[in-house]
Amino acid sequence: MKRKLPSITNKVYPAAAICLLLALWEAVCAWELVPAFMLPAPSAVARAFVQDFPALMLHSRTTLLEAFLGLALGVITGFLAALLMDTFSWVHKALYPLLVITQTIPTVAIAPLLVLWLGYEMAPKVVLIVIVTFFPIAVGLFDGFQSADPDTIRLLRSMGASRFQIFRHIKLPGSMNRFFSSLRISVSYSVVGAVISEWLGGFEGLGVYMTRVKKSFAFDKMFAVIFLISAISLLLMGAVRLLQKKCMPWEERS
Amino acid sequence: MAQLEARHISKSFGEHQVLKDISLAVHDHELVSLLGVSGSGKTTLFNIISGLLLPEEGQIFLDGQDITGKPGQISYMLQKDLLLPYRTIEDNVALPLIIRGEKKQAAREKVRPHFAGFGLAGTEKKYPHQLSGGMRQRAALLRTYMFSQGLALLDEPFSALDTITKGSMHRWYLEVMEEIQLSTIFITHDIDEAILLSDRIYLLTGNPGTITGELVIQEPKPRRQDFNLTPEFLQYKRQILEQLHVE
Repeated sequence: MKRKLPSITNKVYPAAAICLLLALWEAVCAWELVPAFMLPAPSAVARAFVQDFPALMLHSRTTLLEAFLGLALGVITGFLAALLMDTFSWVHKALYPLLVITQTIPTVAIAPLLVLWLGYEMAPKVVLIVIVTFFPIAVGLFDGFQSADPDTIRLLRSMGASRFQIFRHIKLPGSMNRFFSSLRISVSYSVVGAVISEWLGGFEGLGVYMTRVKKSFAFDKMFAVIFLISAISLLLMGAVRLLQKKCMPWEERS
Repeated sequence: MAQLEARHISKSFGEHQVLKDISLAVHDHELVSLLGVSGSGKTTLFNIISGLLLPEEGQIFLDGQDITGKPGQISYMLQKDLLLPYRTIEDNVALPLIIRGEKKQAAREKVRPHFAGFGLAGTEKKYPHQLSGGMRQRAALLRTYMFSQGLALLDEPFSALDTITKGSMHRWYLEVMEEIQLSTIFITHDIDEAILLSDRIYLLTGNPGTITGELVIQEPKPRRQDFNLTPEFLQYKRQILEQLHVE
């Protein structure tokens, strides 16, 4: 019981802050301090959301599909890269600087190139998401593998464990914490990455919808999408947290 | 027949010789201590016996078989319990069997009957962080035992525990050893601990480390509760100190 109390108050404060902010925003619009076409009231945004709900869902489906595909591929390639870097130090030496360099290239700069190369379908979007999600996973897992306790590894070696067994029993479970932190970052990147790549061309998706409503100056709809995107990211991050609890039962009962 | 025998072990790292012509033997159900100051090559010898390091000269025999440089024969236990934090105690203890290729469920069933004897009943499904330091060391010892049923190699396993827990762990260890017919090599720098537990003590001194003395503790087992307060105990202690000071 004692442990639960602070977590409830922890939720009360941010909830109150958000409500206050929304009320303030609504008031600003109601008193017409800012023209309605520039800043739609929260109530107007909510209305736009409800009106456009079927379209929003349709577009979200595409965006989510891209995000999931990209994320899945990003996790797989990130895992493989981390594994290779951990197993062969020359791979680490050769690959690591390259990995860092790929992260210094701004996403918005390569997205149009990817569209040019790969067309308007799903491929350039998925590739972009792989590029942005792969890095946190690769680095997180690699650090996790490397931080395995050398004494524990020696103990398992003295038991006659193979390299694979050492990986399976020490390195992999020992890096789960870092993996899930990385995954949380990658999940939010994947949604944002999908939206950004959709801006630059495509037929469906929240990013496409966004550019359309922006061109028609429908700011209420614009805000509706923005909120939807944040909501999706939050939900996915929550899902990762749940998954982490399921996968790491030993963290629970402390 | 000697259970474990080290014959003329020498080892250097580069120019620096760490061990020189070490020979020792551990017989069935015997607790043998290797008593040495830090820097006398205890840990190196330990790694050679467990097969993780290859000596330049000499061999290690287990029950007459040459196991020099072959890990997977003798398991050891350190001051750090090295239990995997993400595995239950049961799975930690079963780990050596799983590594040897047994199925998880079968390995669990094999280790379960030993929990009571090791004073670990009821901890099967717990995680290491839920146990006290002493209990974790018991689990680590049970894991060592599951690995190499006859012989345990212990490197200052109790040195991180407080004095009172340490005392009770000593008594417990002697009881368990008796019960499961275990032979032990005990590496330590604690003279009292060595006299209290050992049947025989090897003194490892110098740089490079050599065995400079061997001492048999005549006190029968189980030892008296107050053995460490008797004149005999002090006599042994004096003898050891004198030998260590000669160097």
